[in-house]
Amino acid sequence: MEKNRLSEFLIEKGLFITAIFSIVIILLIVSFILVEGIPAFENYGFFHFLFGMEWGPSRGQFGVLAMIIGSIYVTLLSLLMAVPLSLLCAIFMAEVAPNNIRKILKPVIETLSGIPSVVYGFFGLIVLVPLVRTYFGGTGFSLFTASLILTVMVLPTIITISQDSLRAVPQEYREASFGLGATNWQTIRHVIFPAALPGIITAIILGMGRAVGETLAVIMVAGNVVQIPGSIFDPIRPLTANIALEMGYATGLHYNALFGTAIVLFLIIGLLLLVANYIQYKYKVDIGGGYL
Amino acid sequence: MNRIEVNNLNVYFGDSQVLKDININIPKNTVTALIGPSGCGKSTFIRTVNRMNDLIPTFSHDGNVYLDGVDIYNPKMDVVDLRKKIGMVFQKPNPFPKSIFENVAYGLKVHGLNDDDAIAARVEESLKSAALWEEVEDKLEDSAMGLSGGQQQRLCIARTIANNPEVILMDEPCSALDPISTTKIEDLIHKLKNDYTIIIVTHNMQQATRVSKYTSFFLLGELIESDLTDKLFIDPKDKRTEDYITGRFG
Repeated sequence: MEKNRLSEFLIEKGLFITAIFSIVIILLIVSFILVEGIPAFENYGFFHFLFGMEWGPSRGQFGVLAMIIGSIYVTLLSLLMAVPLSLLCAIFMAEVAPNNIRKILKPVIETLSGIPSVVYGFFGLIVLVPLVRTYFGGTGFSLFTASLILTVMVLPTIITISQDSLRAVPQEYREASFGLGATNWQTIRHVIFPAALPGIITAIILGMGRAVGETLAVIMVAGNVVQIPGSIFDPIRPLTANIALEMGYATGLHYNALFGTAIVLFLIIGLLLLVANYIQYKYKVDIGGGYL
Repeated sequence: MNRIEVNNLNVYFGDSQVLKDININIPKNTVTALIGPSGCGKSTFIRTVNRMNDLIPTFSHDGNVYLDGVDIYNPKMDVVDLRKKIGMVFQKPNPFPKSIFENVAYGLKVHGLNDDDAIAARVEESLKSAALWEEVEDKLEDSAMGLSGGQQQRLCIARTIANNPEVILMDEPCSALDPISTTKIEDLIHKLKNDYTIIIVTHNMQQATRVSKYTSFFLLGELIESDLTDKLFIDPKDKRTEDYITGRFG
């Protein structure tokens, strides 16, 4: 009896310490970024930093607006392509495909998410950049090329999570709908899809997080010119690329400004997670007491 | 006159045979109860009648099921139309996570009714037929998930009625409900039998005697005996039926 209680105690404390450990690591990273990044805001001015158009470390210019816009553009454009594609794919896999096809598709799509980003970037550099150059003009290093790569990279995230939430819709809803004489597509559109929507929105936001945060593959094809792009075939430099490109030689205020860039990135991703949690919370409440 | 006729029906899931040589006639505008122990094939049988078993990949059958003289498994049969004519109420109340109104309007909309006034009228009529109107008329836009189990089940009946079916299949519609809700559903069945042919699967033999005119006893995938309910419960022909209704097994 006494021994049982002791082992319970040890296991409980052990789990507690592990949980605390990961929280501490995250806090350490966050505080390190803040400590290194805040001096940039102090010296350069937070709003000047956030809304400044010029980025010229050698001239002491540290405005990241063009890069914020670059990150937003590349994320939105890739989602614009990835969301319809992945939702249709998820619906096909969850509701239409026979079991044997699903058994092939699922591992294939999961493999997509396991490919290292440098491979995607390399493929983009060797295949997509020349294609874009040939068919759309410019150098081929562009917002569009980066979005294409990101589209492929976020597909597995959105497909897998949407598919899981579609399949989690209770079988009773399907039976009820079929029992009323609805077709397969009517059932998907009016019953299954709305019921799975909270999960699907989460899937999209996680995909968005991946697109905002992706660095290496984007650097390899985006062209990395600091500018607000005039067309989708212009080069861009997202926030992540900025950090990775200049980290190696930055010193002084420049070094702090890169951490400042990281803080901005952090805020954007934090905001996305908040939105995701809010939507989850809101729709969970709705499924219990409200409706979609 | 028979609404449904079933001849020599065998049903298989993969290699296992679930229904064996079923022959049964379901007369029009009456209530027929199907009784029998769990796993005897009652639910499988009614799911064969509206082709719900088509959803199960391993399902196969031989023999014939006729609705008003038409073989429902003939290759030209429109399953959507069949399920409109043969409505189904499930064991567990399963309203959609939508408003009360939308639940009833769903069937109308998927069958192409677009006129809002016509939909509203039909929703009201159906909720009245299902004896639910007075309880929900003020909150049609509220979620159906907020209703009690008994109300949800009557909503599911209303939803089925809205399609104006010829037959209503009920798969143990009261098994998840309390006695008061059960009484309400049984009263409703009495009311509906004038307009609809009802087949009800039930575990509750008292319920079968209360609501049905005919009763069929299933055992291990076979239809043992079908008769007028009064007759089957008082004077069963088969020894196995007698054993079951006197509670010797099941």
